[in-house]
Amino acid sequence: MVHDLYQETILDHSKHPRNCHELAGANHKAEGYNPLCGDKLKLYLKVNGDVVEDASFVGSGCAISTASASLMTESLKGMKRDEALKLLEKFHDLLTTDSPVTKELGKLVVFCGVREYPARVKCATLAWHTLKSALENKEEPASTE
Amino acid sequence: MSAPTSVISAGFDVDKVREDFPVLKQKIHGKPLVYLDNAATAQKPFAVIDAIRKFHEVDCANIHRGVHELSQRSTAAYEETRARMKRFLNARSKTELIFVRGTTEAINLVASSWGHKNVREGDEIVISAMEHHSNIVPWQMLCEATGAKLRVIPMNDRGELLMEEYEKLLNPRTKMVAVAHVSNALGTINPVKEIIALAHRAGALALVDGAQAAPHMRVDVQALDADFYAVSGHKMVGPTGIGILYGKSKLLNAMPPYQGGGDMIKSVTFEKTTYNDLPYKFEAGTPNIAGGIGLGAAVDYLSGVGLDRIAAYEHELLVYGTHALEQIPGLRMIGTAREKAAVLSFVIEGIHPHDIGTVLDRLGIAVRTGHHCAQPVMDRFGVPATTRASLAFYNTRREIDALVAGIHKVKEVFS
Repeated sequence: MVHDLYQETILDHSKHPRNCHELAGANHKAEGYNPLCGDKLKLYLKVNGDVVEDASFVGSGCAISTASASLMTESLKGMKRDEALKLLEKFHDLLTTDSPVTKELGKLVVFCGVREYPARVKCATLAWHTLKSALENKEEPASTE
Repeated sequence: MSAPTSVISAGFDVDKVREDFPVLKQKIHGKPLVYLDNAATAQKPFAVIDAIRKFHEVDCANIHRGVHELSQRSTAAYEETRARMKRFLNARSKTELIFVRGTTEAINLVASSWGHKNVREGDEIVISAMEHHSNIVPWQMLCEATGAKLRVIPMNDRGELLMEEYEKLLNPRTKMVAVAHVSNALGTINPVKEIIALAHRAGALALVDGAQAAPHMRVDVQALDADFYAVSGHKMVGPTGIGILYGKSKLLNAMPPYQGGGDMIKSVTFEKTTYNDLPYKFEAGTPNIAGGIGLGAAVDYLSGVGLDRIAAYEHELLVYGTHALEQIPGLRMIGTAREKAAVLSFVIEGIHPHDIGTVLDRLGIAVRTGHHCAQPVMDRFGVPATTRASLAFYNTRREIDALVAGIHKVKEVFS
């Protein structure tokens, strides 16, 4: 019935989110907020030079937003900054257009069902919007917050 | 709340009532529509749809100007709604009823017009912990502009206002008490008559947000002694974009206009404008004529079904639904006031309301998920959001059973 949206991987990551903790040594942080449902999310990145070495998040949200943050943080590790931004674009296209699924998305293709549920697109993109503001917030020391 | 009885309100034929609402006949994702989002907006009966259609098909013209036949007909139909609303709310006079876009505009009108004339630095406005954003933000804006202070009546864990705390808030600086008659997020029916009497004793005025009350119970503004009472047409089986502000004549007369324009004037020169009499002083520009006419048909329809019968039937549904939902393991009701309208707001451990809403939608069941434009209520109960099933007189026990079965399905998906 709703398995096109709630695919097994999504259910798994929503019940057992990966990288769901604060991150010691994080040098990029950002908060995301979805005023529609009140979901809040904090994203932590450890960026060394141009490479995202580690990523994590904390927050409470629906299954879609939690799984999206979980899978996003998994995908980011080891990625260069511009690769991460490119992935963000690809992910956004996956949710909002009929563009064909590309292999760069990897596990993230499980979110392809979201495009049939326009009301839920924002749930899936919350973590990614937060990623953008975290990356733009250059070299901010983790200790300031 | 006691266990449900097996008797449905005598003489209330819900199947017959449902025939009046064409939207209810459709299927959603292959399942019969179960519409349980009535606190957001109510569905419309043929009587309303036909009245709007007739206006556009037969009588369409602007009102209050023009001597031609169509203008006279549309003016008569529009003003007839004012007369019906006078009876519906038991106002003293038709001139006490101002057409507005809805409850939100009604409250903004009072906060802006009455507020800027009467509220000064150090004055206090009292609202309650369960207000909709529309009865918070206009007062906050007034406070920001004038230096007045916003005070909030707290509530208990059932979602009932603490009347002793309310009394303590009242003092000679209190200028206005603005409260919901019925909470949209919790369903609580507030003791507004008592709240108003206490406000008056302190020398303050009282505004009642009646958006969630007027569709579900008999409202008598004179018996309540409300200074202002606001309703939205679309929650009362009428169209969107139309509502009514009731205000006592002497208050409305003393207030400056809210907006300037056509229809609200007697004469205009570049040196001076003389404002029109009530109610037109507050009705600048061409209004939502079709909406006004639709609202007249809506209150006529509600009165035909009977507000007392609606209230009795909906209460039975509430008792039945509360009992059924409380049997579901892990489900917690948010809002368990002893005096309650037919709103079933709840959370389920470990499952976010948005996920509940999506799965229910695939089963044809429309509920509201989120903060219900009442974020302070969510904060008070320590939840980011709830799932809300809000009932109307055209809902059935069968539909509540479908909701319960749907929630079991939700739990299956996310178990």
